[in-house]
Amino acid sequence: MYTKTIAELIQGLRAKTFSSEELTRCYLDRIKRFDPQVNSFITVTEEQAMQAAKQADQRLSAGTAELLTGIPIAQKDIFCTLGVKTSCGSKMLDNFIAPYNATTIERFNQAGMVMLGKTNMDEFAMGSSNETSYYGPVKNPWDLNCVPGGSSGGSAAAVAARFAPAATGTDTGGSIRQPAALCNLTGLKPTYGRVSRYGMIAFASSLDQGGPMTQTAEDAALLMQVMAGFDEKDSTSVDSTVPNYTATLNDSLKGLRIGLPKEYFDEGLDPEIAKLIQTAIQEYEKLGATLHEISLPETKLSVPTYYVIAPAECSSNLSRYDGVRFGYRCENPQNLDDLYKRSRGEGFGAEVKRRIMIGTYALSSGYYDAYYLKAQKLRRIVSDDFRKAFTEVDVIMGPTSPSPAFQLGAKSDPISMYLSDIYTIAVNLAGLPAISIPAGFTHNLPVGLQIIGNYFSEAKLLNVAHRYQQVTDWHKKIPAGF
Amino acid sequence: MSLQPKDVAKVAHLARLALNEADISKYSENLTNILGFIEQMNEIDTSHIEPMAHPLDAQQRLRPDVVTETDQRELFQTLTPHTEAGLYLVPQVIETKLEE
Repeated sequence: MYTKTIAELIQGLRAKTFSSEELTRCYLDRIKRFDPQVNSFITVTEEQAMQAAKQADQRLSAGTAELLTGIPIAQKDIFCTLGVKTSCGSKMLDNFIAPYNATTIERFNQAGMVMLGKTNMDEFAMGSSNETSYYGPVKNPWDLNCVPGGSSGGSAAAVAARFAPAATGTDTGGSIRQPAALCNLTGLKPTYGRVSRYGMIAFASSLDQGGPMTQTAEDAALLMQVMAGFDEKDSTSVDSTVPNYTATLNDSLKGLRIGLPKEYFDEGLDPEIAKLIQTAIQEYEKLGATLHEISLPETKLSVPTYYVIAPAECSSNLSRYDGVRFGYRCENPQNLDDLYKRSRGEGFGAEVKRRIMIGTYALSSGYYDAYYLKAQKLRRIVSDDFRKAFTEVDVIMGPTSPSPAFQLGAKSDPISMYLSDIYTIAVNLAGLPAISIPAGFTHNLPVGLQIIGNYFSEAKLLNVAHRYQQVTDWHKKIPAGF
Repeated sequence: MSLQPKDVAKVAHLARLALNEADISKYSENLTNILGFIEQMNEIDTSHIEPMAHPLDAQQRLRPDVVTETDQRELFQTLTPHTEAGLYLVPQVIETKLEE
Protein backbone atom coordinates (compact mmCIF):
# COMPACT_ATOMS: atom_id res chain seq x y z
CA MET A 1 0.00 0.00 0.00
CA TYR A 2 3.04 2.29 0.38
CA THR A 3 3.15 2.89 -3.38
CA LYS A 4 -0.29 4.48 -3.38
CA THR A 5 -1.07 8.16 -3.73
CA ILE A 6 -3.14 10.00 -1.14
CA ALA A 7 -6.14 9.90 -3.50
CA GLU A 8 -5.81 6.11 -3.66
CA LEU A 9 -5.27 5.77 0.09
CA ILE A 10 -8.48 7.72 0.72
CA GLN A 11 -10.34 5.08 -1.34
CA GLY A 12 -8.60 2.25 0.53
CA LEU A 13 -9.52 3.64 3.94
CA ARG A 14 -13.13 4.22 2.87
CA ALA A 15 -13.42 0.71 1.38
CA LYS A 16 -11.82 -0.73 4.54
CA THR A 17 -9.16 -2.44 2.41
CA PHE A 18 -6.82 -1.37 5.22
CA SER A 19 -7.13 0.70 8.38
CA SER A 20 -5.22 3.87 9.26
CA GLU A 21 -3.42 1.85 11.95
CA GLU A 22 -2.25 -0.70 9.37
CA LEU A 23 -1.25 2.06 6.99
CA THR A 24 0.64 4.01 9.65
CA ARG A 25 2.39 0.85 10.85
CA CYS A 26 3.44 0.10 7.27
CA TYR A 27 5.16 3.50 6.86
CA LEU A 28 6.73 3.37 10.35
CA ASP A 29 8.18 -0.04 9.50
CA ARG A 30 9.60 1.28 6.25
CA ILE A 31 11.20 4.20 8.07
CA LYS A 32 12.74 1.83 10.61
CA ARG A 33 14.04 -0.50 7.91
CA PHE A 34 15.31 1.93 5.27
CA ASP A 35 15.81 5.38 6.78
CA PRO A 36 19.19 4.60 8.38
CA GLN A 37 20.65 4.77 4.83
CA VAL A 38 18.70 7.92 3.84
CA ASN A 39 18.61 9.98 7.09
CA SER A 40 15.40 11.74 6.09
CA PHE A 41 13.88 11.94 9.59
CA ILE A 42 15.19 13.84 12.61
CA THR A 43 12.38 12.61 14.87
CA VAL A 44 9.94 9.73 14.33
CA THR A 45 6.81 10.16 16.44
CA GLU A 46 5.80 6.52 16.49
CA GLU A 47 3.66 6.54 19.62
CA GLN A 48 1.70 9.68 18.75
CA ALA A 49 1.28 8.44 15.18
CA MET A 50 -0.25 5.12 16.27
CA GLN A 51 -2.54 6.94 18.67
CA ALA A 52 -3.65 9.41 15.98
CA ALA A 53 -4.22 6.51 13.58
CA LYS A 54 -6.39 4.75 16.14
CA GLN A 55 -8.49 7.89 16.60
CA ALA A 56 -8.71 8.28 12.83
CA ASP A 57 -10.03 4.73 12.50
CA GLN A 58 -12.68 5.52 15.11
CA ARG A 59 -13.75 8.60 13.15
CA LEU A 60 -13.82 6.56 9.95
CA SER A 61 -16.08 3.93 11.55
CA ALA A 62 -18.29 6.54 13.19
CA GLY A 63 -18.76 8.35 9.90
CA THR A 64 -17.31 11.61 11.26
CA ALA A 65 -14.11 11.43 9.19
CA GLU A 66 -13.01 14.21 6.88
CA LEU A 67 -11.47 13.53 3.48
CA LEU A 68 -7.87 13.22 4.75
CA THR A 69 -8.62 11.57 8.10
CA GLY A 70 -6.23 8.67 8.69
CA ILE A 71 -3.73 9.65 5.98
CA PRO A 72 -0.13 9.73 7.26
CA ILE A 73 2.14 12.70 6.54
CA ALA A 74 5.71 13.75 7.37
CA GLN A 75 6.31 17.32 8.58
CA LYS A 76 9.40 19.37 7.87
CA ASP A 77 11.15 20.03 11.18
CA ILE A 78 10.64 23.78 10.70
CA PHE A 79 6.96 23.58 11.76
CA CYS A 80 6.43 23.86 15.50
CA THR A 81 4.74 20.76 16.90
CA LEU A 82 3.34 20.87 20.43
CA GLY A 83 5.28 18.59 22.76
CA VAL A 84 7.57 17.32 19.99
CA LYS A 85 11.18 18.38 19.34
CA THR A 86 11.32 21.07 16.65
CA SER A 87 14.98 21.50 15.75
CA CYS A 88 14.97 23.34 12.41
CA GLY A 89 18.02 21.21 11.62
CA SER A 90 20.12 23.15 14.13
CA LYS A 91 22.14 22.41 17.25
CA MET A 92 20.64 25.69 18.49
CA LEU A 93 17.21 24.04 18.80
CA ASP A 94 18.30 20.46 19.49
CA ASN A 95 16.69 20.69 22.94
CA PHE A 96 13.61 22.68 21.83
CA ILE A 97 10.24 21.06 22.52
CA ALA A 98 7.75 23.37 20.86
CA PRO A 99 5.13 24.71 23.30
CA TYR A 100 2.52 25.25 20.55
CA ASN A 101 1.46 24.03 17.12
CA ALA A 102 2.09 25.86 13.86
CA THR A 103 -1.20 26.72 12.12
CA THR A 104 -0.36 24.25 9.34
CA ILE A 105 0.11 21.46 11.92
CA GLU A 106 -3.11 22.48 13.66
CA ARG A 107 -5.02 22.31 10.37
CA PHE A 108 -3.66 18.85 9.53
CA ASN A 109 -4.51 17.63 13.04
CA GLN A 110 -8.05 18.96 12.71
CA ALA A 111 -8.35 17.11 9.41
CA GLY A 112 -7.36 13.92 11.24
CA MET A 113 -4.08 13.38 9.42
CA VAL A 114 -1.43 11.25 11.11
CA MET A 115 2.02 12.81 11.63
CA LEU A 116 4.77 10.18 11.20
CA GLY A 117 7.58 12.45 12.32
CA LYS A 118 9.73 15.48 11.59
CA THR A 119 11.97 15.53 8.54
CA ASN A 120 15.60 16.53 8.17
CA MET A 121 16.45 19.85 6.53
CA ASP A 122 19.24 22.33 5.96
CA GLU A 123 19.94 24.27 9.15
CA PHE A 124 17.28 26.99 9.50
CA ALA A 125 16.36 26.18 5.86
CA MET A 126 19.63 27.72 4.63
CA GLY A 127 20.99 25.47 1.93
CA SER A 128 20.20 23.74 -1.36
CA SER A 129 21.56 20.27 -0.63
CA ASN A 130 20.54 19.35 2.92
CA GLU A 131 24.22 19.20 3.83
CA THR A 132 24.08 22.04 6.39
CA SER A 133 21.88 20.04 8.80
CA TYR A 134 23.25 19.49 12.32
CA TYR A 135 21.81 15.97 11.98
CA GLY A 136 23.93 15.06 8.97
CA PRO A 137 23.17 15.11 5.26
CA VAL A 138 20.16 13.39 3.69
CA LYS A 139 20.89 10.97 0.83
CA ASN A 140 18.91 11.00 -2.38
CA PRO A 141 16.97 7.70 -2.69
CA TRP A 142 17.64 7.75 -6.46
CA ASP A 143 21.39 7.63 -5.80
CA LEU A 144 22.65 7.46 -2.24
CA ASN A 145 25.87 9.26 -3.24
CA CYS A 146 23.86 12.32 -4.30
CA VAL A 147 22.12 15.09 -2.40
CA PRO A 148 18.30 15.25 -2.33
CA GLY A 149 18.34 19.03 -2.76
CA GLY A 150 17.34 21.45 -0.06
CA SER A 151 16.34 22.88 2.15
CA SER A 152 13.34 20.49 2.34
CA GLY A 153 15.65 17.56 1.51
CA GLY A 154 14.37 15.23 4.23
CA SER A 155 10.76 15.72 3.16
CA ALA A 156 11.68 15.08 -0.49
CA ALA A 157 13.73 11.97 0.26
CA ALA A 158 11.08 10.58 2.64
CA VAL A 159 8.32 10.82 0.01
CA ALA A 160 10.60 9.62 -2.83
CA ALA A 161 11.46 6.49 -0.81
CA ARG A 162 7.77 6.15 0.17
CA PHE A 163 8.41 6.49 3.90
CA ALA A 164 5.34 8.74 3.79
CA PRO A 165 2.73 9.35 1.08
CA ALA A 166 3.38 13.11 1.30
CA ALA A 167 5.21 15.75 3.30
CA THR A 168 5.30 19.46 3.92
CA GLY A 169 8.10 21.74 2.84
CA THR A 170 8.91 25.42 2.99
CA ASP A 171 10.27 27.50 0.14
CA THR A 172 12.30 30.70 0.61
CA GLY A 173 14.37 30.51 -2.59
CA GLY A 174 13.39 27.15 -4.08
CA SER A 175 13.42 24.86 -1.04
CA ILE A 176 10.24 22.99 -2.04
CA ARG A 177 10.66 22.97 -5.83
CA GLN A 178 14.37 22.11 -6.15
CA PRO A 179 14.30 19.04 -3.85
CA ALA A 180 11.01 17.98 -5.49
CA ALA A 181 12.78 18.16 -8.87
CA LEU A 182 15.84 16.26 -7.63
CA CYS A 183 13.71 13.51 -6.03
CA ASN A 184 10.98 13.09 -8.71
CA LEU A 185 8.12 14.69 -6.77
CA THR A 186 5.43 17.29 -7.21
CA GLY A 187 6.23 20.34 -5.07
CA LEU A 188 4.09 23.46 -4.86
CA LYS A 189 5.27 26.81 -3.53
CA PRO A 190 2.08 28.84 -3.03
CA THR A 191 1.63 32.59 -3.43
CA TYR A 192 3.19 34.53 -0.53
CA GLY A 193 0.48 34.84 2.13
CA ARG A 194 -1.65 31.91 0.92
CA VAL A 195 -0.45 29.46 3.61
CA SER A 196 0.00 30.65 7.21
CA ARG A 197 3.56 31.19 8.42
CA TYR A 198 2.47 31.08 12.10
CA GLY A 199 4.69 28.59 13.92
CA MET A 200 6.87 28.05 10.87
CA ILE A 201 10.32 29.01 12.14
CA ALA A 202 11.27 32.20 10.31
CA PHE A 203 14.25 32.47 7.98
CA ALA A 204 13.40 35.38 5.61
CA SER A 205 9.91 36.54 6.48
CA SER A 206 9.09 38.34 3.23
CA LEU A 207 10.02 35.25 1.18
CA ASP A 208 9.13 32.16 3.29
CA GLN A 209 6.11 30.12 2.25
CA GLY A 210 4.99 26.60 3.20
CA GLY A 211 3.56 24.10 0.75
CA PRO A 212 2.95 20.42 -0.09
CA MET A 213 5.43 17.86 -1.47
CA THR A 214 3.58 14.93 -2.99
CA GLN A 215 3.59 12.18 -5.61
CA THR A 216 0.99 13.87 -7.80
CA ALA A 217 -0.64 17.23 -8.49
CA GLU A 218 -3.94 15.74 -7.36
CA ASP A 219 -2.42 14.97 -3.94
CA ALA A 220 -0.96 18.48 -3.77
CA ALA A 221 -4.46 19.85 -4.42
CA LEU A 222 -5.86 17.72 -1.58
CA LEU A 223 -3.23 19.02 0.86
CA MET A 224 -3.52 22.63 -0.30
CA GLN A 225 -7.24 22.48 0.49
CA VAL A 226 -6.24 22.00 4.14
CA MET A 227 -3.17 24.27 4.24
CA ALA A 228 -4.45 27.34 2.40
CA GLY A 229 -6.49 30.07 4.01
CA PHE A 230 -6.50 33.16 6.14
CA ASP A 231 -4.89 33.06 9.58
CA GLU A 232 -5.23 36.00 11.91
CA LYS A 233 -2.09 34.85 13.73
CA ASP A 234 0.03 35.61 10.65
CA SER A 235 0.13 39.33 9.95
CA THR A 236 0.97 38.77 6.26
CA SER A 237 -1.68 36.10 5.70
CA VAL A 238 -3.97 37.04 2.82
CA ASP A 239 -7.70 37.14 3.41
CA SER A 240 -9.13 35.89 0.13
CA THR A 241 -11.37 32.97 -0.80
CA VAL A 242 -9.72 29.57 -1.15
CA PRO A 243 -10.93 27.88 -4.34
CA ASN A 244 -11.77 24.20 -4.61
CA TYR A 245 -8.40 22.95 -5.87
CA THR A 246 -9.57 19.51 -6.98
CA ALA A 247 -12.64 20.79 -8.89
CA THR A 248 -10.61 22.27 -11.75
CA LEU A 249 -7.86 19.64 -12.03
CA ASN A 250 -9.32 18.21 -15.25
CA ASP A 251 -10.05 21.50 -17.01
CA SER A 252 -8.99 21.58 -20.65
CA LEU A 253 -5.66 23.21 -21.51
CA LYS A 254 -6.87 24.21 -24.96
CA GLY A 255 -5.63 27.73 -25.65
CA LEU A 256 -3.36 27.86 -22.58
CA ARG A 257 -0.62 30.39 -23.34
CA ILE A 258 2.75 29.11 -22.12
CA GLY A 259 5.61 31.59 -21.81
CA LEU A 260 9.14 30.30 -22.28
CA PRO A 261 11.69 32.74 -20.84
CA LYS A 262 14.81 32.66 -23.00
CA GLU A 263 16.93 33.32 -19.89
CA TYR A 264 15.83 29.92 -18.49
CA PHE A 265 17.33 28.05 -21.43
CA ASP A 266 20.76 29.69 -21.62
CA GLU A 267 24.24 28.17 -21.51
CA GLY A 268 24.05 27.49 -17.74
CA LEU A 269 21.48 24.75 -18.31
CA ASP A 270 22.49 21.07 -18.57
CA PRO A 271 21.77 20.17 -22.26
CA GLU A 272 20.14 16.87 -21.27
CA ILE A 273 17.73 18.74 -19.02
CA ALA A 274 17.02 21.27 -21.77
CA LYS A 275 16.02 18.39 -24.06
CA LEU A 276 13.69 16.84 -21.48
CA ILE A 277 12.03 20.18 -20.77
CA GLN A 278 11.50 20.74 -24.51
CA THR A 279 9.88 17.30 -24.74
CA ALA A 280 7.57 18.11 -21.82
CA ILE A 281 6.59 21.38 -23.47
CA GLN A 282 5.77 19.54 -26.72
CA GLU A 283 3.44 17.36 -24.66
CA TYR A 284 1.63 20.55 -23.62
CA GLU A 285 1.32 21.58 -27.26
CA LYS A 286 -0.43 18.28 -27.91
CA LEU A 287 -2.81 19.15 -25.08
CA GLY A 288 -3.77 22.33 -26.91
CA ALA A 289 -1.43 24.92 -25.39
CA THR A 290 0.36 27.59 -27.43
CA LEU A 291 4.01 28.55 -26.90
CA HIS A 292 5.36 32.09 -26.63
CA GLU A 293 8.95 33.18 -26.20
CA ILE A 294 9.20 35.76 -23.44
CA SER A 295 12.00 37.49 -21.57
CA LEU A 296 12.67 37.86 -17.87
CA PRO A 297 15.76 40.04 -18.34
CA GLU A 298 16.91 40.30 -14.74
CA THR A 299 16.82 36.57 -13.93
CA LYS A 300 20.58 36.53 -13.38
CA LEU A 301 20.45 39.44 -10.94
CA SER A 302 17.77 37.75 -8.86
CA VAL A 303 20.45 35.59 -7.19
CA PRO A 304 22.64 38.43 -5.83
CA THR A 305 19.48 40.37 -4.93
CA TYR A 306 18.20 37.39 -2.97
CA TYR A 307 21.56 36.98 -1.22
CA VAL A 308 21.16 40.45 0.26
CA ILE A 309 17.47 40.32 1.19
CA ALA A 310 17.40 36.79 2.62
CA PRO A 311 20.52 37.19 4.81
CA ALA A 312 19.36 40.63 5.98
CA GLU A 313 16.03 39.22 7.13
CA CYS A 314 17.75 36.13 8.55
CA SER A 315 20.17 38.22 10.62
CA SER A 316 17.19 40.00 12.14
CA ASN A 317 15.03 36.87 12.65
CA LEU A 318 17.85 34.82 14.15
CA SER A 319 18.75 37.49 16.69
CA ARG A 320 16.12 35.88 18.94
CA TYR A 321 18.45 32.94 19.63
CA ASP A 322 20.34 34.40 22.55
CA GLY A 323 20.80 31.39 24.85
CA VAL A 324 18.54 32.88 27.51
CA ARG A 325 14.96 31.63 27.25
CA PHE A 326 15.20 28.52 25.07
CA GLY A 327 17.61 26.71 22.80
CA TYR A 328 21.31 26.11 23.20
CA ARG A 329 23.22 27.83 26.00
CA CYS A 330 27.02 27.71 26.27
CA GLU A 331 28.78 26.29 29.36
CA ASN A 332 29.88 28.67 32.13
CA PRO A 333 29.24 32.07 30.54
CA GLN A 334 31.51 34.70 32.07
CA ASN A 335 29.16 37.60 31.45
CA LEU A 336 26.05 38.42 29.40
CA ASP A 337 28.01 39.26 26.25
CA ASP A 338 29.92 35.98 26.53
CA LEU A 339 26.59 34.14 27.00
CA TYR A 340 25.18 35.62 23.78
CA LYS A 341 28.33 35.24 21.71
CA ARG A 342 29.33 31.72 22.64
CA SER A 343 25.76 30.37 22.66
CA ARG A 344 25.32 31.69 19.12
CA GLY A 345 28.86 30.88 17.97
CA GLU A 346 28.58 27.27 19.20
CA GLY A 347 24.87 26.79 18.41
CA PHE A 348 24.88 27.87 14.75
CA GLY A 349 26.65 26.08 11.88
CA ALA A 350 28.97 27.69 9.32
CA GLU A 351 26.39 28.53 6.60
CA VAL A 352 24.01 30.12 9.09
CA LYS A 353 26.87 32.19 10.52
CA ARG A 354 27.90 33.30 7.03
CA ARG A 355 24.38 34.49 6.27
CA ILE A 356 23.96 36.23 9.62
CA MET A 357 27.21 38.10 9.00
CA ILE A 358 26.34 39.04 5.40
CA GLY A 359 22.95 40.29 6.63
CA THR A 360 24.45 42.16 9.57
CA TYR A 361 26.96 43.80 7.26
CA ALA A 362 24.32 44.74 4.65
CA LEU A 363 22.15 46.36 7.32
CA SER A 364 24.96 48.05 9.22
CA SER A 365 25.37 51.79 9.40
CA GLY A 366 26.64 53.28 6.13
CA TYR A 367 25.95 50.20 4.00
CA TYR A 368 22.14 50.02 4.10
CA ASP A 369 21.57 52.03 0.88
CA ALA A 370 24.24 50.23 -1.10
CA TYR A 371 22.98 46.76 -0.21
CA TYR A 372 19.52 46.36 1.30
CA LEU A 373 17.83 49.33 -0.38
CA LYS A 374 19.49 48.52 -3.69
CA ALA A 375 18.29 44.91 -3.41
CA GLN A 376 14.74 46.01 -2.63
CA LYS A 377 14.75 48.17 -5.76
CA LEU A 378 16.01 45.27 -7.86
CA ARG A 379 13.33 43.14 -6.28
CA ARG A 380 10.74 45.43 -7.81
CA ILE A 381 12.39 45.19 -11.23
CA VAL A 382 12.42 41.37 -11.05
CA SER A 383 8.81 41.40 -9.93
CA ASP A 384 7.77 43.83 -12.70
CA ASP A 385 9.35 41.51 -15.30
CA PHE A 386 6.86 38.84 -14.22
CA ARG A 387 3.92 41.26 -14.15
CA LYS A 388 4.67 42.23 -17.72
CA ALA A 389 5.02 38.59 -18.79
CA PHE A 390 1.66 37.67 -17.28
CA THR A 391 -0.12 40.21 -19.46
CA GLU A 392 0.90 38.03 -22.41
CA VAL A 393 0.86 34.47 -21.09
CA ASP A 394 -1.07 32.34 -18.56
CA VAL A 395 1.83 30.33 -17.15
CA ILE A 396 5.62 30.34 -17.51
CA MET A 397 7.56 27.10 -17.97
CA GLY A 398 11.18 26.12 -17.69
CA PRO A 399 13.53 23.85 -15.75
CA THR A 400 13.39 23.85 -11.94
CA SER A 401 17.11 23.31 -11.50
CA PRO A 402 20.06 23.81 -13.89
CA SER A 403 21.42 20.33 -13.09
CA PRO A 404 20.15 17.04 -11.67
CA ALA A 405 21.10 15.91 -8.14
CA PHE A 406 24.82 16.45 -7.56
CA GLN A 407 27.24 14.37 -5.50
CA LEU A 408 27.44 14.92 -1.76
CA GLY A 409 30.24 17.37 -1.05
CA ALA A 410 30.49 18.50 -4.69
CA LYS A 411 29.60 22.13 -4.01
CA SER A 412 31.81 23.24 -1.16
CA ASP A 413 31.96 26.82 -2.47
CA PRO A 414 28.94 28.80 -1.16
CA ILE A 415 28.43 30.75 -4.41
CA SER A 416 28.27 27.65 -6.63
CA MET A 417 25.62 26.33 -4.22
CA TYR A 418 23.69 29.64 -4.39
CA LEU A 419 23.65 29.49 -8.19
CA SER A 420 21.83 26.14 -8.15
CA ASP A 421 18.70 28.16 -7.28
CA ILE A 422 18.93 30.43 -10.33
CA TYR A 423 15.54 29.39 -11.78
CA THR A 424 13.61 29.35 -8.51
CA ILE A 425 14.72 32.44 -6.59
CA ALA A 426 13.01 35.14 -8.67
CA VAL A 427 9.62 33.55 -7.91
CA ASN A 428 10.15 34.14 -4.19
CA LEU A 429 11.28 37.73 -4.72
CA ALA A 430 8.04 38.36 -6.64
CA GLY A 431 5.90 36.32 -4.20
CA LEU A 432 4.42 34.21 -7.01
CA PRO A 433 3.24 30.58 -6.89
CA ALA A 434 5.15 27.88 -8.78
CA ILE A 435 5.13 24.11 -9.01
CA SER A 436 7.79 21.56 -9.94
CA ILE A 437 6.69 18.27 -11.50
CA PRO A 438 8.60 15.18 -12.71
CA ALA A 439 9.58 15.47 -16.40
CA GLY A 440 11.98 12.60 -17.04
CA PHE A 441 15.41 11.28 -16.14
CA THR A 442 19.00 11.99 -17.10
CA HIS A 443 21.60 9.36 -16.10
CA ASN A 444 18.92 7.77 -13.89
CA LEU A 445 18.39 11.02 -11.97
CA PRO A 446 15.04 12.87 -11.97
CA VAL A 447 14.48 16.19 -13.73
CA GLY A 448 11.80 18.71 -12.78
CA LEU A 449 9.65 20.99 -14.95
CA GLN A 450 8.83 24.28 -13.25
CA ILE A 451 5.51 25.99 -13.94
CA ILE A 452 5.12 29.54 -12.63
CA GLY A 453 1.71 31.20 -12.36
CA ASN A 454 0.29 34.60 -11.58
CA TYR A 455 -0.66 35.57 -8.00
CA PHE A 456 -3.18 33.15 -6.42
CA SER A 457 -3.28 30.91 -9.50
CA GLU A 458 -2.51 27.70 -7.54
CA ALA A 459 -5.65 26.02 -8.93
CA LYS A 460 -4.48 26.73 -12.49
CA LEU A 461 -0.95 25.42 -11.75
CA LEU A 462 -2.38 22.23 -10.25
CA ASN A 463 -4.66 21.84 -13.28
CA VAL A 464 -1.75 22.32 -15.70
CA ALA A 465 0.39 19.85 -13.72
CA HIS A 466 -2.41 17.30 -13.39
CA ARG A 467 -3.20 17.19 -17.11
CA TYR A 468 0.45 16.44 -17.86
CA GLN A 469 0.45 13.67 -15.28
CA GLN A 470 -2.59 12.14 -17.02
CA VAL A 471 -0.55 11.63 -20.21
CA THR A 472 2.88 10.84 -18.72
CA ASP A 473 4.08 8.44 -16.04
CA TRP A 474 7.35 9.99 -14.83
CA HIS A 475 5.71 10.77 -11.50
CA LYS A 476 4.93 7.08 -10.95
CA LYS A 477 8.59 6.00 -11.00
CA ILE A 478 9.97 4.85 -7.66
CA PRO A 479 13.68 4.47 -6.82
CA ALA A 480 14.97 0.88 -6.78
CA GLY A 481 15.89 -0.69 -3.46
CA PHE A 482 13.06 0.74 -1.37
CA MET B 1 34.62 45.27 -1.50
CA SER B 2 36.76 42.99 0.63
CA LEU B 3 36.18 42.03 4.22
CA GLN B 4 39.49 41.85 6.08
CA PRO B 5 39.77 39.67 9.19
CA LYS B 6 39.37 42.77 11.38
CA ASP B 7 36.12 43.66 9.54
CA VAL B 8 34.86 40.11 10.06
CA ALA B 9 35.64 40.42 13.77
CA LYS B 10 33.62 43.65 13.89
CA VAL B 11 30.62 42.18 12.06
CA ALA B 12 30.79 39.07 14.27
CA HIS B 13 30.67 41.33 17.30
CA LEU B 14 27.65 43.23 15.93
CA ALA B 15 25.92 39.89 15.33
CA ARG B 16 27.05 38.57 18.75
CA LEU B 17 28.81 35.57 17.26
CA ALA B 18 31.94 34.14 18.86
CA LEU B 19 34.30 32.92 16.13
CA ASN B 20 37.52 30.93 16.51
CA GLU B 21 40.63 32.86 15.46
CA ALA B 22 41.31 30.10 12.93
CA ASP B 23 37.86 30.49 11.36
CA ILE B 24 38.05 34.26 10.93
CA SER B 25 40.38 34.13 7.91
CA LYS B 26 38.16 31.48 6.29
CA TYR B 27 35.09 33.68 6.81
CA SER B 28 37.04 36.68 5.54
CA GLU B 29 37.62 34.83 2.25
CA ASN B 30 34.03 33.46 2.02
CA LEU B 31 32.36 36.78 2.81
CA THR B 32 34.62 38.73 0.45
CA ASN B 33 33.65 36.36 -2.37
CA ILE B 34 29.95 36.61 -1.53
CA LEU B 35 30.09 40.43 -1.38
CA GLY B 36 31.92 40.42 -4.72
CA PHE B 37 29.12 38.31 -6.15
CA ILE B 38 26.51 40.67 -4.69
CA GLU B 39 28.27 43.64 -6.36
CA GLN B 40 26.67 42.47 -9.64
CA MET B 41 23.62 44.39 -8.43
CA ASN B 42 25.40 47.59 -9.45
CA GLU B 43 25.11 46.67 -13.13
CA ILE B 44 21.59 48.09 -13.09
CA ASP B 45 20.62 51.72 -12.54
CA THR B 46 17.86 51.77 -9.94
CA SER B 47 17.77 55.49 -9.17
CA HIS B 48 14.12 55.86 -10.25
CA ILE B 49 12.80 52.61 -8.77
CA GLU B 50 10.64 52.39 -5.65
CA PRO B 51 12.02 49.78 -3.21
CA MET B 52 9.75 46.76 -2.74
CA ALA B 53 9.30 45.57 0.84
CA HIS B 54 6.40 43.16 0.42
CA PRO B 55 5.58 40.92 -2.55
CA LEU B 56 1.94 42.01 -2.65
CA ASP B 57 2.60 45.59 -1.54
CA ALA B 58 0.12 44.91 1.23
CA GLN B 59 -0.59 47.17 4.19
CA GLN B 60 0.02 45.88 7.68
CA ARG B 61 -3.27 44.57 9.03
CA LEU B 62 -4.52 46.06 12.30
CA ARG B 63 -6.57 44.29 14.95
CA PRO B 64 -8.57 45.50 17.94
CA ASP B 65 -6.37 46.18 20.96
CA VAL B 66 -7.65 43.33 23.13
CA VAL B 67 -5.78 40.65 25.04
CA THR B 68 -5.64 37.39 23.08
CA GLU B 69 -2.67 35.65 24.67
CA THR B 70 -3.03 33.91 28.00
CA ASP B 71 -0.22 33.72 30.54
CA GLN B 72 1.82 30.58 29.87
CA ARG B 73 4.95 31.49 31.75
CA GLU B 74 5.31 28.12 33.47
CA LEU B 75 5.03 26.20 30.21
CA PHE B 76 7.49 28.49 28.45
CA GLN B 77 9.96 28.32 31.30
CA THR B 78 10.14 24.53 31.01
CA LEU B 79 12.25 25.22 27.90
CA THR B 80 15.33 26.16 29.94
CA PRO B 81 16.71 24.90 33.25
CA HIS B 82 18.04 28.39 33.96
CA THR B 83 15.05 29.89 35.79
CA GLU B 84 14.31 30.75 39.38
CA ALA B 85 11.16 32.17 40.98
CA GLY B 86 9.64 32.74 37.53
CA LEU B 87 12.68 34.65 36.28
CA TYR B 88 15.33 33.76 33.69
CA LEU B 89 18.86 33.48 35.04
CA VAL B 90 21.79 35.13 33.24
CA PRO B 91 25.26 36.17 34.41
CA GLN B 92 25.15 39.18 36.66
CA VAL B 93 24.72 42.43 34.69
CA ILE B 94 24.45 45.13 37.36
CA GLU B 95 27.17 45.62 39.98
CA THR B 96 25.60 45.34 43.44
CA LYS B 97 28.67 46.16 45.55
CA LEU B 98 28.50 49.74 46.74
CA GLU B 99 31.70 51.71 46.81
CA GLU B 100 32.99 52.29 50.35
